[in-house]
Amino acid sequence: MTEMVKLTPKDFATDQEVRWCPGCGDYAVLKAVQRTMPDLGADPANTVFVSGIGCSSRFPYYMETYGFHTIHGRAPALATGVKLANPELNVWIITGDGDALSIGSNHTMHVLRRNLDCQILLFNNEIYGLTKGQYSPTSRVGTRSPSTPFGSVDRPVRPCAFALGSGARFVARAIDVHKNLPDVLKAAHGHRGAAFVEIFQNCIVYNDDVFAPFTAKEHAGKQLWLKAGEPMLFDSGTKGLTLDREALNLKVVDVADGDWQAADVIVHDPKNKAVAHMLIDMPIGSFPMALGVIYDDPRPTFESAVREQTEAAISGKSADLQALVSKGQTWQVEKEPREG
Amino acid sequence: MATARHFVPPEDASPDAPLEAVVVRFAGDSGDGMQLTGGQFTLSTALAGNDLATFPDFPAEIRAPQGTTFGVSAFQINFGSAAIETAGDAPDVLIAMNPAALKTNVGDLKAGGLIIADEGEFGQRNLAKAGYETNPLDDDQLAKWQVMRLNISQLTLDAVKPFGLGNKEALRCKNMWTLGLALWMFDRERDPIVSWLKAKFAKAPELAEANIAALNAGHAYGETAELGGQVTQHHIGAAPAEPGLYRTVTGAEAISLGLVAGAKLAGLPMFFGGYPITPASAILHHLSRLKEYGVTTFQAEDEIAAIAASIGASFAGSLGVTSSSGPGIALKTEAMGLAIMTELPLVIVNSQRGGPSTGLPTKTEQSDLYQAVYGRNGDAPLPVIAARSPADAFDCAIEACRIAVQYMTPVMLLTDGYIANAAEPWKVPDMGGYAPFEVSFHTEPPAEGEAVNPYRRDEKLKRVWIKPGTPGLMHRIGGIEKNVGSGHIDYAPANHQAMTDIRAHKVLGIADSCPDQDVCLGEAGGRLAVVGWGSTFGPIHQAVRRARRAGQDVSHIHVRHIWPLPKNLGDLLRSYDRIIVPEMNTGQLKTVLRDQFLVDARPVNKTSGQPFKIAEIEAAIDEALR
Repeated sequence: MTEMVKLTPKDFATDQEVRWCPGCGDYAVLKAVQRTMPDLGADPANTVFVSGIGCSSRFPYYMETYGFHTIHGRAPALATGVKLANPELNVWIITGDGDALSIGSNHTMHVLRRNLDCQILLFNNEIYGLTKGQYSPTSRVGTRSPSTPFGSVDRPVRPCAFALGSGARFVARAIDVHKNLPDVLKAAHGHRGAAFVEIFQNCIVYNDDVFAPFTAKEHAGKQLWLKAGEPMLFDSGTKGLTLDREALNLKVVDVADGDWQAADVIVHDPKNKAVAHMLIDMPIGSFPMALGVIYDDPRPTFESAVREQTEAAISGKSADLQALVSKGQTWQVEKEPREG
Repeated sequence: MATARHFVPPEDASPDAPLEAVVVRFAGDSGDGMQLTGGQFTLSTALAGNDLATFPDFPAEIRAPQGTTFGVSAFQINFGSAAIETAGDAPDVLIAMNPAALKTNVGDLKAGGLIIADEGEFGQRNLAKAGYETNPLDDDQLAKWQVMRLNISQLTLDAVKPFGLGNKEALRCKNMWTLGLALWMFDRERDPIVSWLKAKFAKAPELAEANIAALNAGHAYGETAELGGQVTQHHIGAAPAEPGLYRTVTGAEAISLGLVAGAKLAGLPMFFGGYPITPASAILHHLSRLKEYGVTTFQAEDEIAAIAASIGASFAGSLGVTSSSGPGIALKTEAMGLAIMTELPLVIVNSQRGGPSTGLPTKTEQSDLYQAVYGRNGDAPLPVIAARSPADAFDCAIEACRIAVQYMTPVMLLTDGYIANAAEPWKVPDMGGYAPFEVSFHTEPPAEGEAVNPYRRDEKLKRVWIKPGTPGLMHRIGGIEKNVGSGHIDYAPANHQAMTDIRAHKVLGIADSCPDQDVCLGEAGGRLAVVGWGSTFGPIHQAVRRARRAGQDVSHIHVRHIWPLPKNLGDLLRSYDRIIVPEMNTGQLKTVLRDQFLVDARPVNKTSGQPFKIAEIEAAIDEALR
């Protein structure tokens, strides 16, 4: 793209009326994405938003880019075709907890394993909103919903653990209304390969305040915002995480007077997969919620591998259709057809 | 079918044509290499200039327990010096590599036909596994036929002895010994097989040499041994054919080549999304080797991902293609609706097999016609075309690509397990003779103050195709109903009515670009029309030809465009007193014809997993004319 006037968030907004419930966390995410796009130098004509089905999947209709609102769970598969057909396109996948981790979990796993270069924004509200409030695969045990009037009994999946287990090379977490969301989006965009971002998104109608234990103002001390090369501190720097060398797990320690080294607080290395697993699995309550870029260790992408193999396979070959249909063992019939 | 188009006109074929044709069936254990033997025999037969048709028939199990009846794999070839339309009703020669192969196949053999049996495999254990209480080679169970017993196992071991192979490896050469004998019987060249063996075993020259030795030994056995007068050498002359370059082709190869040609004629790169399934996988295998023709193949995580990725590629400006068989097509159904709703070009190849559910994975059936024409939620029209033979599949694949891009629609191409696996001679087409149908993407930004409308249409109702990456034409599409004028979300009643009508009319309008239905044998009008579609072409054609020779007033109509149907078909059908529709299902095209034209089409059905025999159709013709 040639240098041009810097676009504004408005340039990424369509003229379509946004149809989410008033107060929905999706509005905040939409604004954050529209605000981030100009900072990324994104070209609207080269950007494609692909979504599945659910509240969050209406997202592409509100982005002044190319967009495809597909079918339930299949956005990663469709996006794979888009990216393989034209690797120059910048592909964003918008999905939800039901879309990505129930009906479409197979595709989520494979797009991560293959490492397609794309950004996956999973709006996790722990509920099926568009179908009016049934419990979802991320709902906690005991969630009461129209389909589980006595509370759900099955254990939830942790989106980031699923992603890491599937072979994701970039895993991050953010909160819909938090000011850090654009930074996480930028990091995801900067990562070459499949970048998985779980966004805690509040469903004001069916699951209000389900994330309040760490998102509410009074609980902001439960947020651990990770930064590469910096100590894992939270609660205004009064607490930190250290490694319990006997249990081989993380442990919360108090930090006195900001002296984190004395408290043996560990420094965040986004390439450390073992620690990433531990950070993702910390139970909220006794531990903080790990947020920001948890894991980031790029490796070659799927579409580049496909392209390289194709280039190697076709080098020196010509594409002569007549030669192709004439291949194999052939024989020539010389004589005239028999007269009738 | 190539044989119909490229060889002598059917009515000109000599009345004693059957005498010039021979049907041979190779049958053995699924580990005996019968499909390879048959394939190589086919090649040498084609090179000898015979017309031919084949029927590979193998079990779903890769290596079923040895010696069992359900592990029998067979390959039948019908070849001759006149036009050949089917793989033959009943074999003249059965080569049985073990008792199970004899047991399961001998019932089909013509009375007086020849059985060549490997008596080395007729021990107590194998006899018991096949359910024989006594050795049929020793008593009069096979009295109806001529029996030639050869210890092929021992003869092979003797032939390959110098190469020092283990017993098991040495015995694996016995299919080549058998092939050598068969080549001698029909006066065929060994050279092409020898060069094929050398290429196949390039990394293990001793295996190549052993197999060649077995092949030569089998051939020499025919030439020198006293075969008791049962086996004599036959020379089947070359079939009359239009001059030109020929090759053999299977349906799976022809479809792959046709898709490549179709994408090229459209001026587009092709994206093929597939998932392994019998009998459709062969198309994925063929295409994955053709990268230099602008083909990207993607083996997806499941059938749904295969079609979804293909739709994504079409959105991005490639020609998306996906392929499967019945159960996989069922999984793709929701995504087909998405392609219909978003009006993106897409070719869906269905290699039909026996159903429902897993059904008969390796056997043939035509029972997915309802699924193709009707099988989606909502009013979801989609054009459907059906190939009649391996060679015809090439032109059908091109036609599917043409319709997909000229009308911005998914297209279903029906073939079946028989067409996919069977081989026939194919006159290599002159690619210069195909008219290109190059796609032009929409690139013009809307006028000042106007919005981009992805549903802007031409007079054929085709919408514009805008590739992501095109400046100024950003737009959103999706499975949710869109406004007829703007392309924005719109659930209004009148709008859904309008869009439903447009989708239906667009697809029906495809008939304007398709040729009228022809009568491929006989006249327009008369006492009886035999209407077929797909791979029943061969037996119907041959049966109608025989009936006409016997003076019966009967014609053959074979429908390629299943939906929309050709515009003249209703009038054509009404010009006959009676109509019968032979199908390898319970009467699916019959239902569509009745529904569309209110004609009294009568079903002739077979769902045994085996193709029709000519005699079965002849009987149906007699019955209809009674």
